[in-house]
Amino acid sequence: MRYIDPHIHMVSRTTDDYQRMAQSGCIAVTEPAFWAGFDRSSAQGFADYFRQLTEYEPRRAALFGIKHFTWLCINPKEADDPGFAREVMSIIPEFLKCDTVLGIGEIGLNKNTKNELIILEEQIALAEKHNQLVLVHTPHLEDKRKGTRIIMDALSASHIDAGRILIDHVEEHTVAEVLDRGFWAGMTLYPDTKMTPQRATDVIEMYGSERIWMNSAGDWGCSDPLAVPKARVEMSRRGHAMSLIDKVTLENPITFLSQSPNFKVTV
Amino acid sequence: MTELTKSCPQTREQVINMYFLEHRAKLLDVAAFLDRIDRAQPTPGADDFREVALQHAVAVLIDGQPHRVKRILELLSDSTTDMPQSAYGMKGAAGAVR
Repeated sequence: MRYIDPHIHMVSRTTDDYQRMAQSGCIAVTEPAFWAGFDRSSAQGFADYFRQLTEYEPRRAALFGIKHFTWLCINPKEADDPGFAREVMSIIPEFLKCDTVLGIGEIGLNKNTKNELIILEEQIALAEKHNQLVLVHTPHLEDKRKGTRIIMDALSASHIDAGRILIDHVEEHTVAEVLDRGFWAGMTLYPDTKMTPQRATDVIEMYGSERIWMNSAGDWGCSDPLAVPKARVEMSRRGHAMSLIDKVTLENPITFLSQSPNFKVTV
Repeated sequence: MTELTKSCPQTREQVINMYFLEHRAKLLDVAAFLDRIDRAQPTPGADDFREVALQHAVAVLIDGQPHRVKRILELLSDSTTDMPQSAYGMKGAAGAVR
């Protein structure tokens, strides 16, 4: 059994988690830049974070035979101050030269504000300028449906091909519209606030397996770094074919991520 | 997008056999939560918006119509179109519309 967790915040996880993920068949992870649970006080704090993502985590993952890739951005929760956000954005191009960076992410909205949208649009432009893939964070809970629509409109106003954009954290009320508009969709398997492996399997059954993946988004909160292999077990016990299980947990991530020349895995 | 039907490989009986006890327990958790609210000390003012939203959501469960998850998520979603300038003081989400 081999799989990829295409969205997990390993900086918040222990080395034991890498070990358990490797034992469960994980061959690669991709880690978007996100909120640390508190607001950082300077752009230099982000520079250190980006160094951790591009230098330290790939080495830690490699100890267990896992390839580590990353995405860079100023995340939506810290993007509400445009001046500060632009200061952080100014240091991103230098890090885009690192050979494990796949694109800009996870950008998006948090509380659907005008300030967040301004910075989202500027980061979409940054991705376009540097020909980068885009990984999108959609807002939580009651803000998700509204935010997802605003985000898709902003993305559609750019010249980035929808097939180079993955919109994450979709749920039953957003997945169809995301796929209909040509984007890739990510389902986040979270114990409390997002999707369970059971519901993610339901979505595959209802909307098919094209342009969709699953991830754990494991971070510093209540989350499960083994959520993807648990979803594989869920699909298997329902009687789904191994070819379908591999498609949504291994082949689809490879197809999307391979659009970046930096993404290389041996299957 | 056209939704696929009959796409679960299991029979109805197999689905019930596999999931009944798990969801029986989840339903009892919801019931216990509502009972706990009833036993709690009263709070002055109107009913909490989350409690009201949950009561509306529970009604969806028993209306006999399909797409229950999607409809409950929509029920719990912000349907406004205006955008505040800043998120100052409101970083988190509540799970229902205030």
